[in-house]
Parts: sequence; structure tokens; C-alpha cells
Amino acid sequence: MIPDSIQSLFSNKAFKTLGSLPVVVGCLFIATLYVSICNLAFPADSALHVSTYTVTLFGKYLCYALLALAVDLVWGYCGILSLGHGAFFALGGYAMGMYLMRQIGDRGVYGNPELPDFMVFLNWDSLPWYWAGSDSFIWMILMVLAGPGLLAYIFGSMAFRSRVSGVYLSIMTQAVTYALMLAFFRNEMGFGGNNGLTDFKDILGFSLQSDTTRVALFALTALFLALGFAVCHFIVNSKMGRVVTAIRDSENRVRFIGYKPEHYKVWIFVVSAMLAGIAGAMYVPQVGIINPGEFSPLNSIEMVVWVAIGGRGSLYGAIIGALVVSYAKTRFTAIMPEAWLYALGGLFVLVTLLLPKGIAGFVPALIEKLSHSKQTKSVSNKTTSEVK
Amino acid sequence: MLRTFSLVITLLMSVFSASAFSDEFDSLINQLPHKKLRNITPVLTQIAEQDNDQVRFVLTEILNGDLYYLKSNKQVVSIRKQASGDYTITPVLGGDAVADQSKSAMKKIRTSNSIRSHIRGLLAQIDLSHKQTHVRLNAVKQILDDPSAESIELLKQRLAVEKDSDVTELINTAIAVNQLKEGDSQAKLAAVADLKGSLEPSVRNAMVEQLNGLNEYKLNELSETDKALKAALTKSIDSIKQKRSIYEFVENLFFGLSLGSVLLLAAIGLAITFGVMGVINMAHGEMIMLGAYTTYVIQQMFPQWIDYSLFIAIPAAFIVSGTVGILIERGVIRFLKGRPLETLLATFGISLILQQLVRSVFSPLNRTVAAPEWMSGSWQINPIFSITYNRLYIVIFALAVFFALLAFMKRSSLGLHVRAVAQNREMARALSVRSDRVDAITFGLGSGIAGIAGVVLSQLTNVGPNLGQSYIIDSFLVVVFGGVGNLWGTLVAAMSLGALNKFLEPLTGSVLATIIVLVGLVLFIQKRPKGLFPQKGRAAE
Amino acid sequence: MVVDKHGSPLLAEENISPDTRHGVILYVEDVSVSFDGFKALNDLSLYINDGELRCLIGANGAGKTTLMDVITGKTRPDVGKVNFGQQVNLLDMDETQIARAGIGRKFQKPTVFEMLTVFENLELSLAGDKGIWTNLFHKLSGEQKDEIGKILETIGLTKECHMLAGALSHGQKQWLEIGMLLAAKPRLLLVDEPVAGMTAQETERTAELLTSLAGEHSVVVVEHDMAFVRSIARKVTVLHQGSVLAEGSMSEIQANPEVVRVYLGEETGAA
Repeated sequence: MIPDSIQSLFSNKAFKTLGSLPVVVGCLFIATLYVSICNLAFPADSALHVSTYTVTLFGKYLCYALLALAVDLVWGYCGILSLGHGAFFALGGYAMGMYLMRQIGDRGVYGNPELPDFMVFLNWDSLPWYWAGSDSFIWMILMVLAGPGLLAYIFGSMAFRSRVSGVYLSIMTQAVTYALMLAFFRNEMGFGGNNGLTDFKDILGFSLQSDTTRVALFALTALFLALGFAVCHFIVNSKMGRVVTAIRDSENRVRFIGYKPEHYKVWIFVVSAMLAGIAGAMYVPQVGIINPGEFSPLNSIEMVVWVAIGGRGSLYGAIIGALVVSYAKTRFTAIMPEAWLYALGGLFVLVTLLLPKGIAGFVPALIEKLSHSKQTKSVSNKTTSEVK
Repeated sequence: MLRTFSLVITLLMSVFSASAFSDEFDSLINQLPHKKLRNITPVLTQIAEQDNDQVRFVLTEILNGDLYYLKSNKQVVSIRKQASGDYTITPVLGGDAVADQSKSAMKKIRTSNSIRSHIRGLLAQIDLSHKQTHVRLNAVKQILDDPSAESIELLKQRLAVEKDSDVTELINTAIAVNQLKEGDSQAKLAAVADLKGSLEPSVRNAMVEQLNGLNEYKLNELSETDKALKAALTKSIDSIKQKRSIYEFVENLFFGLSLGSVLLLAAIGLAITFGVMGVINMAHGEMIMLGAYTTYVIQQMFPQWIDYSLFIAIPAAFIVSGTVGILIERGVIRFLKGRPLETLLATFGISLILQQLVRSVFSPLNRTVAAPEWMSGSWQINPIFSITYNRLYIVIFALAVFFALLAFMKRSSLGLHVRAVAQNREMARALSVRSDRVDAITFGLGSGIAGIAGVVLSQLTNVGPNLGQSYIIDSFLVVVFGGVGNLWGTLVAAMSLGALNKFLEPLTGSVLATIIVLVGLVLFIQKRPKGLFPQKGRAAE
Repeated sequence: MVVDKHGSPLLAEENISPDTRHGVILYVEDVSVSFDGFKALNDLSLYINDGELRCLIGANGAGKTTLMDVITGKTRPDVGKVNFGQQVNLLDMDETQIARAGIGRKFQKPTVFEMLTVFENLELSLAGDKGIWTNLFHKLSGEQKDEIGKILETIGLTKECHMLAGALSHGQKQWLEIGMLLAAKPRLLLVDEPVAGMTAQETERTAELLTSLAGEHSVVVVEHDMAFVRSIARKVTVLHQGSVLAEGSMSEIQANPEVVRVYLGEETGAA
């Protein structure tokens, strides 16, 4: 019933190891190309036209997908359940937001060429030291990586060295993002307090309102997602990836055969935090605002749901999970906002109880079941073909 | 029989005498419309001497300019302006309310500055000789804060007859303060000696004022007495300052303990489910929230019994949250045994559902839960230090719950089963402990206690769907900080975190204090992952 | 050599080789460990010779596993000295460094990486650089593949080489764990209850394997199965309440009245 090509696409190992990289990157490329062309080439009244609103929405989803990838890398492969990845996402976002804030220049309400509006409002007369350099694009890129990376390094090297793990670690990550949320809500922090950073005008001289910039940002997000996927794919399929998986299974055993699990964990945590930071940085210019709400523990939990539903320990699963859940959220909140939290909560319970491997574990199993007669033959083929 | 008889006699006599007096009172009141401004004072004095409940009211009305008489029949009335703009007109000497009249039909009983000050004196005198001690105390306190020559004179008169030691002391303080302000240097010096040890704010103010006055002169311009006075003042002020800082410390400590008690109540249920059973229940906060809403519902059901509502709410909240807890355990958690991260996610899902449920049923807006009469007010220990009753009760209640739970875990057979299952499920089962039932009951117990915490929290904050969420991180940190599986550790952790928070608050502000405590905890747990009181040994690995 | 901030090498392998000129590879001297007042090890001294096969026996709670924990760095002793060869002080090192120095350990409960294949389990255990960067770009050499092949043969799991380790039987997991120890080429092997859950046949093969390892490696075996101990042991150490009760050949131990009273007596009486 099901063509061989699709079967081989989803069946077990073949897809996980080699097949998924070209497929995922290819799908991304085609989708991006399609959406971009439909937005730019067709007039608004054409049936084929994709509105800029939709483009931005897709761009947002792709940011979430990159974020899900980051969560999956630490949770799915290394067993570190971070309930604070929203903090890395938000830090990346704030780094971008600071840059965009400075690009406004004297076009703000108060017309101060140097200070963002909220600082003028607070009667500050100069930029705080940590805003230094924020008007430079290169510096911004550096901060998008360094901010989340540094936090992850400091937190990770302390927590992992003292062997805090499992639920304790999860709760501590949550406490960190909660503390950061409280801190960023304070006006004295110099990040716009409650309102966050917003009213952006342009990026590198391109207006953020124009369709072309929107499409370019969307395409760039897709590119980053593809790169992120490739990096993660490379990591998890290297020997280092196997060490990381081994740490998830039995950290002590890894230690007793001579690896330093804490170094590996810190490293993978930092990489993941940077990916989350990039996702945040791409998110902000498309959505047009970053505020302390992004640090809220609920956000971080939602990211975990994407991965849980998509299938942890599977990179493409994380992407699918993020896209599916975010799309569902958009639909739900539009039609019946009340029901969204019921649905989200229900998803948590159902997925953990019934679908521990998520979509990525469920769909292949289903396909296998549907065509078990054919499959038995090909499985034996596959196992032999995987010998390295 | 004889007693009843004498009682009747006394009653009769009192009625008789009251009516006799009230005749005089009535005639005095009725004189008011006829008196000119300059000869009204004796009448007022006579009124003040009457033993009638209305006296105070009449004088206050005159003082506030609310006493009128009707031009038509010279009836004395008090008037109140309603929100609608109309006036309510009540005859002072009883009788039906007078129908609405325009203001021109009435005339005010006029007063002058000197009359008003005379009335104030009369009122103070009435209060000073009032039967109830607290009224007298208040009257003295008012004079202490805003003294005049006449009122001090009144105090001196009162001192001769006053029997209550608190009132006597306060009167002495007021007289001494006055002496400090008005007397000569020698008298001032004596007053400073008298005022030693008094913590009344006006004592300190008077002393500082005097000292500032003396400081305007150079030291060599002062007489010997003034020099001594200056030294005495400086010493007294310092000692007051010192005492104040001690009480400030005690106050902070108490605030810290009361915050700690809240944390303890919030965390103690978790110490059972997470600490003893090892189940991560992210919906714990929602158990607290359900308890708070139970209180709200009970108050809505029995609005006439607000004072007793908490006594109904505590068992009710325990049952509601406990039942929901058991349902969660049976329905979800037992399928996820040994998979802590999955349990965490599933229970988080449940917490979202419960929050939304409450939002749908009760609306997303905050609800106010009324505080019973006996919870309000405060216990004034000295002029600058008082303890509010609600905080005090919460500290006591939290400790009571804690020790009850401790006793339950240590003494009861169910507690023994709970600990047995927590330590070695297989072995406990082999000894025919029904581990499934024990799990459900333990979880119900932990959740039920969370519900009780909700009742308490409803007395401190508004009750809303997010109530529990704000406590979940704190609760987990308290349990981990104290050492998982160690109830005493939870107590120490909750109290010390509460105190730390309250001591930081004046220095940093409350948000920053919370952040500092959070970050400090995260750092601490990284240094000592097993908390303050870790369980040692191989079994703990 | 690139060194991280704790002074441990990030990229290069540490080359600590124990100095065994006196013929002793492990010195455990006057070690005491207590948990909440309970003395798990009490002034224990033990010397393992280079190339020796030693059996540790003792009732539950005698301190066998705690001793292993101390040697491998999992537990820090309150007092005492633990040296690997003459020079290397194991108490200054953490688990990883001790493992890298050449002490391998098999746990009481078989711990293998269940979500990796048998082959991958062995691949990770191979001696060599355990740093992050090298492993990120690491490719197996032909020699290493041969080595893994040889180990697979030794532990009899060639056929199962691409199965997930989680799918192995209990006995096979025990073997895989021993194989992982071999792949790391340690000087000293600490083996905790290797034949628990094995069939008689498997037990026999394990005995053969362990005896063949001795000589090239030093092996310390903790085991409850007295028949197994009898079949492999040249020298036996009896632990009792955290210290050494007796040491000697199996027949000497069996003749020791103390030992008979506290341990063998119960065992034989029960059997």
C-alpha cells in the first residue's frame, strides 16, 4: 500500500542517520522558496499569493523549530531536561533587540540620538556600560552567541561539576529563568522593564516593515534552521554524540571508562544555548518586540512540549513538533482561546502516557505495522548495511 | 432569691436615676437654641457633666458643625449629608426622623474658636474618665501627640484618681514630655530622667527637638545645667535608637518567620510527595490554589459565618485538594513510576488544565477572600513594636501542621508504611504492605496539606488562577535546600529563607531580594546538591 | 598538551603509568570510611600484586563495594592512603582520572549503554583520547576495528554486534561490561559480582576469562558464589565489618576458625 520510497524514508535507522539531513534541508529549501516566491512574485489578489503576515508567521515557526532543536539536543540526546531554555532564547532576543533599539536613532518619540526612549523616560543621561557597542552589527552577532553561551557555561559548569542532575537540574534551570524574568521586569536593569524593547525601525538600513525584508528574514531563518540542523546532525552522529548518548544512559559508566561527562555536558549545553540564542535573535526582528515575558517558565515548558510531541532523540521530530504545536496554538487561540491551555495540558499528559517517543517514534512504527510483511525483509537488510 | 431581688432593685434604681438625669440633659439640650454665643459655654460644661451616652455625640456634632435646630419648633437635630445630596435629619432627643427640609429651615448651633477648644477639652475630659481603659489610653495618647496647657492640666487631675498602671504611666510620660518642652533647664533635666526607657515616638521627637535647640548654641555659651541636659538628651536618644534597632531586628525576624511559615506550608506537602515519595508534582501549586478557592466558595456559601469560615475551609480544602491529588496519582502518576522527567511533564500538563479550569469556572479575575474578625488587629507589645494577629496565627498554624505531620510520619502505622514504601518498595510489598494504596494515600496527604496551605494563603493574598504557580519554584527550592526526604530540613530551610528574604528586603527592595535569594539558592544547591541536611551513605546514591 | 582550568587535559591523554618496581600495583593503607557514624571501612589495609588475581569475599555490609568505591574515587575515605603503584596517589584524582590511569571497574548491576549498539559500547570504551574535540571528528582506524572484533570474539557477542545493548540478556550484559573493561586496556580490573545471573556454562567461561586475564592485568573480584571463587582464586581476602579478617589461599581461609565462624560457617551451613 505504501510505496517503498516513503517506507525507506521513515524506517528506523536509515532515516535517522543519513537520510534525514538531505531530506530536511531539501524540504526547508523548497518550502522557503515557495513561500518567498508566492509572496513577492504574485500580486496580493492572486490565489497563489502568500501574505506577508503568513510569511512572518512561518518565520516565527521556524525560529521555534530551531529552538526545539536546541532543546532536543540537550534533552533528547544528553538527558538534560532544561526548563529554562527560554532564558537563552530571550537573551539572544535581547541582544538583537538592543541593536535594533540603537538603529532607531533619533526617530524615537523623544528624538534622542543616543538613548532609547525608555531611558530618556527614566531620566537617564547616558547609556549603561553594558549597552556599549550595541549599535554595532558585529558586536550584536557576538552577543547573540556570547550572552546565552556564557550563561550556559557558568550555570552548566557549576551544576554539572557538582553532579546536579535529573529533576533537580530541571527545577534549577526553571529557577534561573524565573529569576531572570523578575530581574528584567525591573526598570533599573536598563532593558526597558515591563515593556521590553520594541518600536524597531530597520535592520542594516532595511526597513522592518517592507515585504522584502520580511521575506529575507524568513529565508535567513530557514537558512539558520538548516545550518542548525546540520550542526546537530553532525554532532549526534559523531563519536562525541555517542558519548553524549552514553551519558544519558549511564553517566557513571561513562565516568568509569575515562570520559569527563561534565565537560561533555557543559559543551553540549553551551552549543544548545547558542542555537537558542540565534533563534531568539531571528525571532525579535520578525515579531517586532522582546519583553521579559519571554523568560517566563511557562514558555520554556512549552518548548519542551514541542520536543516531547515531536519525539525527543530525533532531530527532525523536534522540528515537526515545534511546527505542529505552534500551528495548533495559532489556530486554537484564534478560534477558542480558552481551550488552548486545556489542549496544551492535555497534550502533555497524553504524550507522556501514550506516546513516549512522540510523532517521530509513532509514525514509523505505524508505517512498519501497516506493511510488516515487506518490512521484515528490509529490516534484516538494513541491519547488515549499517555495519561501519 | 435574695440575689434576684436585689438585682431587680438595682435595675429599677438605675432606670430611675437615668431618667432623672436624662430630664436634666434634655432641658440642657433644649436650651442650646436659645443661648447666645458668649453664654453657651456654661451650658456645654453642664452637658459634659451629665451621665448620658449622648453627651459625647452631641459635643462632637457641635465641634464638627453638624448640630442644628429647626427654626419652626427649635428642635435640636443633627444632620448628615447623603451621597445623593439630601440631608438626613435626626432629632437629638429621640423621636422620628424629620422629613427632608431645605437647609434654610434650620439654623446651626454656632461656635467660635474658643468654644471649640473648650469643647475639645471637655471631650478629652470625658474620654479621660471613660470606664474603658483603652479609651482612656487613646485619649492620653492624643494629648501626648498634641498637648496643650489645658489638656496637661486635665491629665494632672486625672493622675490623682487613675488606678490603671498603663494609663498612669502614659499620663506621666505625657506630663514629662510637656515638662521637657515647657519647663526650665532643671525641670527639663528631671523630665529626661523620667522619660528614660520610654519608646513613644513623641518622646523621641521632643528630645530631638530639645537637643537641636541646644545645639544652636556653642558649648561655652551653655549653663552647667544645659550642658548636663545636653549630655542626658544625647544619651537617652542613643539608647532609644539602640532599642529601636533591636525591635526593628525582632520585627524583621518575625516577618521572616511569618514568610517562612508560608513557605513551610507551601513546601511541606511537597516534602511528602517529592521528598518522601520521590514524585515530582508540578501541579502542587494548583493544589494550593484549589485550597484557596475552596475557602472562597465556602465564604460564598455561608456569608453569615465569615468568622468561622476558616474552620470549615481547612478540612474542606484538605478533602478537595487531597481528592484531586489521589485522582492525579491514580490516573496519571502511577503509570510513570521511575520516570521522573515524564512525571514532571505530565503533572505540568495537569497544572495547566487545573488553572484553565479555575479560569473557566471562577473567571480569570482575582477573588477576595474575607478575613474573619479575629484575624485582624494586632498585638501592641510596645509603642514601636506590634505583631499582627494574622501573621501570628499563621506562624502558629504552620508549626502545628508541621509537627502534626511529623508525628504522623513517625508514630502512625500508615506513616511507617509510607516510609517503608519510599525506602524499598519491593521489600515493603513482600511484607504485605499494599504499596499502591500507600502511594495514593501519601499523595493525597501531600496534596491535602497543600490545600490547607491554600486556605492560609487566601488570608494573605488575592485568590487567582496563578496563585499556585508563584509558589511552585519556591517550594521545590525549599525542599531541595533542606535536603530531600528530611522534614526537619524543610522546616529549617523555609524559616531561614523567609528570614533571609525579609532582612534583604529593606536593603534591596522586595523584587531584588527575591532574585538574590533565588540565585543564592541555585548557587548553594550547586555547591551542595543534597541540601543542608543530606542523607549520607550508599543508599542515597 | 591543552589543559582545562582544572588542570586536567582536555585534548590529550594523560599518561600515568603506575610504578610497580616492588611488585605491588595497589596499596590501600589504613583506610576508614564512615556514613553517619556507621563505619563502612575500618582501618583497612590491602595490597594487590601486579598481575595477581585476588578474590574479595565477605558478608553483606563487610565493605566490599565501599572499598571499590574508594579505589575508583567514588567515595572519599575519612583517613588513609590509596596508591596506584608506588607513586600515583589515587586520592588526589577523580573517577575519570583514575579510570584513565588504568583502573577499570565492573559494577554489581551491569551498566552498559542501553541505547547504543554493542559495537558502539565497545568503541566508546577503547583506550585513547577521551577529549571533546577529538571525539567530534573521530574516525575509527582499521586497527581499532580489529581490536573491537577481537574483544567481541572473546566475549562471544560477535553476532549481536549491532543489537542495542538494552536488548541483550542479563548474562550478555555482564559479558559486554567485561568486554568494555578489556577495551580500555586497564592495568587493574575491579570486578563486582561478575557471575550474578549467569548460567552454569556462562559462569564457567567467565572463570576461564578472568584467569586468563590475570598476569597481563591485575584482577580483583568480589563474588558471593563460593564455587566460583574456589574455581578461580589463588589468593582470597576476607573482609569483615570493614577490615581484613584473613588473607590466604582458599584452603587456608577455609581452615581459619575465625572465618569459618563469621562467614564460611554461615555459607556452608546454609548450603
